[in-house]
Amino acid sequence: MSGSNKPIIWGLFAAGGTVAAFLVPVLILITCLAVPLGLLSIDVLSYEHLLDLMQHPLSKLVTFAVLFLVIWHAAHRIRITAHDLGIRNDTLVIVICYGIAAAGTLLVLAALFNI
Amino acid sequence: MSERVIELDILRYDPEQDEAPHFQTYTVPYRDDWVVLDAINYVKDELDCTLSYRWSCHMAVCGSCGMIVNGEPVLACHAFLRDYPQKIRIEPLQNFPVERDLVVVMDDFMDKLSSVKPYLVAREEKDVDDGEYLQTPAELAQFKQYTACINCLLCYSACPQYALTESFVGPAALALAHRYNLDSRDVGRSVREDVVASNSGIWECSFVGACSEVCPKTVDPAAAIQQTKIASTGDYFLKFLMPWKRQ
Amino acid sequence: MSRRPYIREPSKTGWWLAQPRYIRYMMREISAVFIGIYIVVLIVGLWQLSRGEAAYIKFLATAEGPAGLTFAVFAMLFAIYHTYTWFQVTPKAMPLTLGSKRIPGAFIIAAHWFGFVLVSTALWLLVGS
Repeated sequence: MSGSNKPIIWGLFAAGGTVAAFLVPVLILITCLAVPLGLLSIDVLSYEHLLDLMQHPLSKLVTFAVLFLVIWHAAHRIRITAHDLGIRNDTLVIVICYGIAAAGTLLVLAALFNI
Repeated sequence: MSERVIELDILRYDPEQDEAPHFQTYTVPYRDDWVVLDAINYVKDELDCTLSYRWSCHMAVCGSCGMIVNGEPVLACHAFLRDYPQKIRIEPLQNFPVERDLVVVMDDFMDKLSSVKPYLVAREEKDVDDGEYLQTPAELAQFKQYTACINCLLCYSACPQYALTESFVGPAALALAHRYNLDSRDVGRSVREDVVASNSGIWECSFVGACSEVCPKTVDPAAAIQQTKIASTGDYFLKFLMPWKRQ
Repeated sequence: MSRRPYIREPSKTGWWLAQPRYIRYMMREISAVFIGIYIVVLIVGLWQLSRGEAAYIKFLATAEGPAGLTFAVFAMLFAIYHTYTWFQVTPKAMPLTLGSKRIPGAFIIAAHWFGFVLVSTALWLLVGS
């Protein structure tokens, strides 16, 4: 039983889980539910307003950090869940879960670069 | 006036005669102050002397009488009849091979326990004449909770990761490793790392938490494992960032 | 006397249905599926935002449709459950002591919820204005 590289993955998982715990509920509220519920005006999600918010380098940094950490948290937990549900092919699960997380991370970088 | 009775459905298995385990029902008098172990002892003494099971202290300190009662891993001496319905189903602990009746094969746990080196690894072995290893009450308080483990294996029975992955070191062994890692007299964290921080060690745990819920001594092995994960992650990055630092 | 230990194998896929505590665990784990999908949607939204107004408006129309809204409700429920379970375990993973006394877990959990309200309010005010 040699040393594991799990600490990196687990570290990301723990950080992402903490970020998700604090931010995802309010993010879902703002981005999906507040407007239909009449709590916020539709202008909040307008192209101009969001582009404006994203211009600041701090916005880009925070946006990247949040999306990066949470997607890796979700990827790792889904991998564990696959194992819990009896899916034996760990290699395939790893490729799918972390692959999507990696693709998502790259897409965020590309998007933030273009904004 | 008819005496109140309860029914025990006990999983029997005779390796010399049975293909597979099967339930057998016994009717036992109900006593308000009896625990499940008393009822099982009544079966053995009065009804069926072939029933095999482990027990000893009858006061939840030896860890011998672990079994599944109505689906939940408990110490039979710690489960009062008055807390159960009239029908009580008794099975051997889950996730261990059944030797006979309610007796399970514990060898896997014994191997895993010894693999985590559950003893003090001191910086320098002291001679008895040199006196004791000194420790303050505050230092004792750091790890005292984890010394309470009685090796009853209820946590292994409850742990789904141990059920799914045979090689998982398991809650009690990891909690005991943590007990020694936290002990101020011990410097053995690095020699335990090979087993504790391996893929079959703490990293197999997904923090279900069932182990801590069923532990009769409130050891909280789940907490021990999570704390070890954080410490291991810290160790890992420290090794990466400062490879010259002696662990 | 011969030994013939009997192995009882639980179901590899359905073991968690056997007890409420395992069902709660599985619900906690499933929350990551909803959170993961939501983050992917956010990422796609960010990408479409970077591609211009037309692309973004098209994205918004799809995301705010009935399917999107239904998903959002479930995602919200699972996200709150994630927050709840994450805060519950935090005192176990990081026990804190003040001097020699252990700070009660309930206090740590309450402090986290307080922080949650603060952070949520701050973000609401930042984005919503």
